[in-house]
Formats: sequence, C-alpha cells, structure tokens
Amino acid sequence: MNINATLIGQAITFAILIWFTMKFVWPPIVAALEERARKIADGLAAAERGKQDLVRAEQRSAEALNEAKAKAAEIIALSEKRRHEIIEEARQEAKTEADRVIAQAKAEVDQEVMRAREALRDRVADLAVAGAEKILRREINAQAHSELLASIRTEL
Amino acid sequence: MNESAGNSTSEYIHHHLTNLQDGHGFWTFNLDTIITSALLGVLVIGLFAWVARKATSGVPGRLQSAVEIILEMVQTQVKDTFHGDSGAVGPLALTIFVWVFVLNAMDLLPVDLIPTILGAFGVPYWKAVPTTDPNHTFAMSLTVFFLIYFYNIKVKKLGGFMHEVLTVPFGAKMAPFNLLFRLIEDLAKPVSLALRLFGNMYAGEMVFILIALLPVYLQWILGAPWAIFHILIITLQAFIFMILTIIYLSMAHESH
Repeated sequence: MNINATLIGQAITFAILIWFTMKFVWPPIVAALEERARKIADGLAAAERGKQDLVRAEQRSAEALNEAKAKAAEIIALSEKRRHEIIEEARQEAKTEADRVIAQAKAEVDQEVMRAREALRDRVADLAVAGAEKILRREINAQAHSELLASIRTEL
Repeated sequence: MNESAGNSTSEYIHHHLTNLQDGHGFWTFNLDTIITSALLGVLVIGLFAWVARKATSGVPGRLQSAVEIILEMVQTQVKDTFHGDSGAVGPLALTIFVWVFVLNAMDLLPVDLIPTILGAFGVPYWKAVPTTDPNHTFAMSLTVFFLIYFYNIKVKKLGGFMHEVLTVPFGAKMAPFNLLFRLIEDLAKPVSLALRLFGNMYAGEMVFILIALLPVYLQWILGAPWAIFHILIITLQAFIFMILTIIYLSMAHESH
C-alpha cells in the first residue's frame, strides 16, 4: 500500500463529479419525478371528479326521465279529458241542431196546415156561397144580400 | 497467461498488482487509476446528465426509467436517514454509488484483457480496477471526511461543534477524554470506509488473478461462480460506501 499524489488527483476528480451531479444530473431528474408525481395525482383527482360527475349526470338524467314520464302521463290524461269534452260538445251541438231542424219542420208543417186550412176555408166558403147561390138564385139578389154573404164568409 | 508476465507465478501476480506510475516519491501518479476512474466517471455521469437533460415528466423511456430507479433508490435512502433538509447529500450519494459501482464493475472484465491490449501498445503495467488502489478509496473517504467536518461546522457553527466535541459523551468534566474519543471515532470513519472498499475489491481481484493461473479448461469452474458472486459484492460495496456516507453526514447535521 503506497499512498501518493494519486490521492489528490482522485479527490479532485471526485469533487468534480459531485459538483457535476449536483448541477446537471440530480435537479432535472428530481424535477421530472416530482412533476410526474404531480401529474399522476392530478390525473387521479380528475378521474375521481369524472366519476362523481358521471354519477351526478346519471341522477340528473333519471330525474329528467321521470319528469318527462310524469308530463307525458299528464298530457295523456288531459287529452283524454278533452276528448270527452269534444264528444260531449259535438253531441250537444248535434242535439241542438236536430231540435232546430225539427222545430223548423214543425213550423213549416203548421204553416202548410194553416195555408191548407185557409184554402179549404175559402173553398168551403165558395162552395157554400155557390150552394147558397143556387138555392137563393131564385129569390135572393146577390147584390142585395152581399152583406149577409160576407158575414157568413168570415164566420167560416 | 500474459506474455510479459514471465514464467513464474509470483511474477505474474506481482505484474497484475503493479500500477502504471509516473513521478517520484510522494509525487507519484498512478496513471491507470487516474485515467480509468476519470474515463468511467465521465462516461457514466455523462450518461446520467444526458438522460437528465432529456428527462420527461411524461412516460419515461427504458434508459430514463433505469436512471430514475437508481436515483429514487438513493433518494429513498437519504430521506429515510435525514430528518431535515438533506441539501447536497443526495447528489453526493448518487455520485458515490454510481461511480464506485462502475469502477468495481471493471473487476468483472477478464484480468488479462486490458493489460494485454495495452501491453500490445507498449504499456508495461495496468491495474484496471481503480477501487483496488488505496489512493482512490482514501481519496473518496477523505473527501467524505472533509464534508463531515464542513457540515458539522456549517450546521452547528464552530462553537456548537466544539461544544459537542468536548462534552459528548461523558460531559464537560471529562473533556479530554471526550476529545480523544471523538478523534478516534472521526478518524475511524474515513479509514474504515476506504479500507473496507479497498480490501474487498483487492481481495476479489486477487482471487480472479489466482483463478487466471489455473489451466484454461478449469478456469470457468471457479471463475464463473466467483464472477457471479462478485456482481453482488461490487453492488454491495458501492451501496455500503454510499449508505455510510449518508449516515455520517446525517450525524454531522444533527446535534447530540
């Protein structure tokens, strides 16, 4: 074992290597490692958030679905009611119309009857007058008894 | 067996344990240790820096994942040991682990490979594993030792540190003994750090050299299990050096 100046040289080499490692090797790698650790932590947090968001979105969609279903049921019920109303209205209208038609027909019939009766009356009057004329021709002058004849006509 | 190793076994072993040196007396430089460790250090730390420059916080590639695994292992050790701000200890521990690991890993190359190749270019000696050179292990452990004192004084200030040295563990009345204990304790740290790594790697290398002395058709019987076992040893030694450094520096940060 002979110690010589090599020791000094080796110590200098060692010191240079330590300095170099301190300056150029250690900090960048440690920085990269820490950066990666941070990225992973962020990624995990983001995944967790994403999972929670998904749960919330699922809840929301379920709520929306239920709401839509309720609304649809409501609309169906409403339309059912409206259908009944429309049918009812139509029935009423039809009844009214029918009554009106019937009333009109009745009125026409009455009128017709009146007219017929009038005509009949005139005819009977004429006949009566004609009959009376025939009877009275011999003894009664039409002009002299026109007053009498008119009163008979009105009575008929 | 290597050509230049001669015929005798002891010459072969001696050749493998001799550094390529330049200079005289204390001012001798083990060129093989210096060049190998610098080359591998620049290579592996450069690779890490290249990965770090392109590091993405998105999906990492295979290389980045591998670098991240090593770095996170080191970071975990530092965080488990340190209670407060660990400052520059993370990069320091990473440098130690990676560098010591690749230098130890040179042990897994065949013992004759690099000396033979370089021998062909006229290089007489080459010890390929820098961690079998005590100069290297002591350089690292003494740097750690220096950092221990640097942080002791930085965190506790000079007064607080001196107070700790003189009063722990026996109280103010036994100050000289406390100082003595502290000196032994602190000196034992770099010595044990350096000798543990050096001893393990040197012994491992020695066993590889001895295995290389066996006949070629027998080498694999011992060589393969020892190499596989050594994968554990080199990783373990790099880890131990790193973890002890972290512990020593965390002790330097904490008041007793």
